[in-house]
Amino acid sequence: MLETVSKPGRLASQEKQVQLRRRGVTALLMVAPFVLLYLVFLIYPSLRVLQLSLTNADLTGQGEYVGLSNYARLLREPTFWTALLNTLYFILLTVVPNTLVGLGLALLVTRLNRLKGLVLACFFLPYVLPVSVVTNIWNWVLDSNFGIVNTMTHSTVAWFQDPVWAMPAVAFVTIWWTVGFNILLFIAGLQNIPPEIYEAAALDGASGFRLFRSITWPNLWPVTSLVLLLQLIAQFKIFDQVYLLTAGGPFDKTLVLLLYSYREGFQQQHGGYASTIGVVLMVVILAASLLQSRVLGRGERA
Amino acid sequence: MTTTVPRAARTASSSVRLARLWGGVVTALTVLLAALWVFPLYWAAITSLKADNDTIANPPTFWPKPFDFSSYTYILQNSPLVRWYANSILTSLAITVLVLLLSLLCAYALSQIDFRGRKWLYVLVLVGFMIPFQASLIPLFILINKMGLVNNFAGLILPQLAAPLAVVIYKQFFDQIPHELGDAARIDGAGEWRVLFSIFLPLNWSITVALAIVTFIAAWNNFLWPFIVLNDPPKLTIPVGITQVQSAYGVAYAKTMATAVTAALPTVIAYLIFQRRVTEGVMATAGLK
Repeated sequence: MLETVSKPGRLASQEKQVQLRRRGVTALLMVAPFVLLYLVFLIYPSLRVLQLSLTNADLTGQGEYVGLSNYARLLREPTFWTALLNTLYFILLTVVPNTLVGLGLALLVTRLNRLKGLVLACFFLPYVLPVSVVTNIWNWVLDSNFGIVNTMTHSTVAWFQDPVWAMPAVAFVTIWWTVGFNILLFIAGLQNIPPEIYEAAALDGASGFRLFRSITWPNLWPVTSLVLLLQLIAQFKIFDQVYLLTAGGPFDKTLVLLLYSYREGFQQQHGGYASTIGVVLMVVILAASLLQSRVLGRGERA
Repeated sequence: MTTTVPRAARTASSSVRLARLWGGVVTALTVLLAALWVFPLYWAAITSLKADNDTIANPPTFWPKPFDFSSYTYILQNSPLVRWYANSILTSLAITVLVLLLSLLCAYALSQIDFRGRKWLYVLVLVGFMIPFQASLIPLFILINKMGLVNNFAGLILPQLAAPLAVVIYKQFFDQIPHELGDAARIDGAGEWRVLFSIFLPLNWSITVALAIVTFIAAWNNFLWPFIVLNDPPKLTIPVGITQVQSAYGVAYAKTMATAVTAALPTVIAYLIFQRRVTEGVMATAGLK
């Protein structure tokens, strides 16, 4: 140590090394808490679900290795196919309609001046409500006997108990609840279109629908695809409002994948089989996410 | 307007008038649509202020004749609503503070300090960004159960801290700040913690506030995980708790709506006060900012 002190160049580089090491330790201290929680509560369970899906474990995690038999059972189980088809049906009823409604409302809101803030708040407000508040409200509004909708229309449909209407009703409530989010994204997208393009097109005599089709729509496409993909991912994970509004009924007509997994896992204690459904869900969502990161160009910054 | 208006200008002004009329119609329709959109909220609010037999009156009344607050006093006295409220406030605040703090630290190191493995770490964070925790609900529950944290606020909070969203957002913001800014402070002898808290954090204050509000609203509204991990009635959070009283009241709509209104109040107020911040936060979480 003392020898090196006599050489100034060595000293500088050593000091620098100490400093670098200290920065490394600081960095470690800074990332450690998050990374630890992240590994324990996100990465580990995600790997463990793969392993569990190959066992007949119960809810305590005890079970034997059964190979791919859970997957074989899944493919033979009509209820799984019902849940998968119901999930796809729900996606069909929500993803594109919610996007279109969001776009339409965004176009209406942006052209307002004074009332803009108020009107936007009206559409966005449902989005900040807890799901159970949303379902409580709609259970009341669509109540078959005393609900305002049935009273006003003299209808007697029990919306959430009707085999035909249950899923569309849940989808409708979902759109009412979440469209505000899409409106915000579309408004941001609309604001990013330079007004000069519209002025140039207006000078060329374009107006109305023509402006929308050749300028707004193509310029808005990146936001539109983002909205579509975000919803696709979200709706594959649909659980809360279905569980609270219909509990999967009537006759499994609204049983969706996550609800099926919840039933098998938490009500039947079939941890292994429920994990298998979880794996299917994960694969589907990862595929959609990869598509999303492609579209958004996320991950290139790493 | 003078009387000598040229013909071209006159037709132009009539077409302007037509456009204005059309614009007025569209505006009126938009406002009507917005009113219809919030109508269920209005309906819930006024139902909660009606006497129980007025709620099912036919034809329905759109304004409570005598304002009746008895549903509110009833639910406050006969359900653990206040307790659930306290649980929700406590856990949502804890989640918000911890998520922001942990993400801030991690993102700062990832963005500003050159340490070994940092690229791999960020790839790991981005991969986790895509992993849905819902898919691994079973192993997560088994883990929390083994740790003895079922029906425990630690078991409720800890998994919600493992969300990489805020890390990704913070890192993207830090990446845009020129390196020289931190280096200048370092030359003056400031340590990394100083640089982070006295230079980088103030620069990101607006996004921090926006993230805090959005994180708080999301934590307050979270349903699935609290529903899985909490079973003990006094331990429940508001969104899970109110699904229990609903069935207990049977057809008492005024009480059910009073519960719903009470549960919705904090996030609605937070939104109405911080509208712009909420918008900013939503944009950031969607990757648009």
